[in-house]
Amino acid sequence: MIPAEFDYLAPTSVEEVIAALAEHGDDAKILAGGQSLLPVLRMRLNAPEVVIDLGRIEALRGVRDDGDAIVIGAMTPHSVVGGDPLVAEHALLITKAVEHLADAQVRHRGTFGGALAHADPAGDLGAPALALGAQFVIAGAGGTRTVEADDFFVDLFETAIEDGEVLTEVRIPKHTGWGARYEKFVRVAHQWPIVAIAATVRAEGGTIAEARVGMTNMGSTPLRARAVEAALTGQPATEDAVRAAAAQAADGANPPSDLNGDADYRRHLATVLTRRAVLSAAGA
Amino acid sequence: MARINLTVDGASVSDDVEPRMLLVQYLREKLGKTGTVIGCDTSNCGACTVHLDGTSVKSCNVLAVQAEGCEVTTIEGLADTVDTDLHQVQESFRECHGLQCGFCTPGMIMQSVDLLKENPHPSEEEIRLGLEGNLCRCTGYHNIVKAVQHAATAAGGAR
Ligand SMILES: Cc1cc2nc3c(=O)[nH]c(=O)nc-3n(C[C@H](O)[C@H](O)[C@H](O)COP(=O)(O)OP(=O)(O)OC[C@H]3O[C@@H](n4cnc5c(N)ncnc54)[C@H](O)[C@@H]3O)c2cc1C
Ligand code: FES
Ligand code: FES
Repeated sequence: MIPAEFDYLAPTSVEEVIAALAEHGDDAKILAGGQSLLPVLRMRLNAPEVVIDLGRIEALRGVRDDGDAIVIGAMTPHSVVGGDPLVAEHALLITKAVEHLADAQVRHRGTFGGALAHADPAGDLGAPALALGAQFVIAGAGGTRTVEADDFFVDLFETAIEDGEVLTEVRIPKHTGWGARYEKFVRVAHQWPIVAIAATVRAEGGTIAEARVGMTNMGSTPLRARAVEAALTGQPATEDAVRAAAAQAADGANPPSDLNGDADYRRHLATVLTRRAVLSAAGA
Repeated sequence: MARINLTVDGASVSDDVEPRMLLVQYLREKLGKTGTVIGCDTSNCGACTVHLDGTSVKSCNVLAVQAEGCEVTTIEGLADTVDTDLHQVQESFRECHGLQCGFCTPGMIMQSVDLLKENPHPSEEEIRLGLEGNLCRCTGYHNIVKAVQHAATAAGGAR
């Protein structure tokens, strides 16, 4: 229940964070909202010597408009992202995914950047970020670099963020006017999904002009269902057309088998949820 | 040790705490505010819910040092914020029999207050979703939902 002892640092700038990471190396761990890290420390699955709290760095909070993208600060809490009008207007898929992420208390503390850096394959933000082609801005001793969503998620709980680096913000290219739906399949309330599908669609009349589909918990990282996206392009937003395209959702995926369901069950779920998510996102 | 200064239920407090001390531990063990309870080891149950700078959090999943400079309200400080003996939500839980053993109640009430602040006229479904992070092993939730509806009506949506 109680974490092992650690030293606590609460820097007020990103520069101080980078200096502290350089000084303490492997012994240090970044603390964002703590909604994943504190349970880990309390179970003593990890025992860093130094905890670096990002909570006092105002520059990492908030959502802003930056031309063809919106920019979400890493320390912006889920509840703020979920209620932000810019996000709803230009990246509705994120709004939809946050709505059913965890519970109200966790959404008040947990952060956008923390959830993505944590890279839980069952986490609800990876698939939407991937589907929307998010760019991850990462700061380190050598300066700042930007990593594309396709390269950000490396493996289970592993991202392109290297030792000594910190995720500062996430840029989401605007998808203004795109419909969106996050279909999350859970066994009990406020839990991680067994499988979830993140779909966003630009519809023209009754036709799907463009579609993006991300999948949660269908492998060790979030996945993009590119075959489905290609098959949907130019199709009518009808049950039959979408069903046919969605049948390919699980192709190439390598979902886990666990007590919530085996891999075949997940493959089946992916096709069903993709159909539902795409139809809803297309307004059909 | 780290020095913290915060406001708890309207009173200013400062203490030297170990950085690893959880907010719930600080409230219970240092301040004796045992109205806030611990119901699980996994941050699932919501029994420990308090308000941190006006929004609900699970105090077992926040470090006391993270509350530095913040305002904390626990179930023990709730009634003082209105004119009656009990806060309207507390009154409604009593009126509607929204509890059996009562263990989940402090957290249920704190989360219900947060929910009604954000949404003064919630539907039944919105109440159930808003209380998703609070578990009750006794009531089957029906009377809890009724209590929140009762509080919303009694407050006329004003609170
Ligand atoms: C009861 C409960 C239910 C939940 N349900 C869900 C759910 O349904 N869906 C879901 O997606 N999530 C769920 N979560 C997890 C929640 O989304 C967390 O908020 C999120 O996973 C982590 O965000 P955080 O800000 O709390 O990060 P922390 O817990 O503080 O950090 C997580 C990890 O990321 C690292 N990190 C954090 N920020 C940065 C940064 N800026 N740069 C580099 N590294 C960083 C930390 O070092 C740590 O390893 C749940 C959590 C709880 C307690
Ligand atoms: S004791 Fe905090 S959520 Fe259960
Ligand atoms: S009344 Fe007993 S746990 Fe809710």
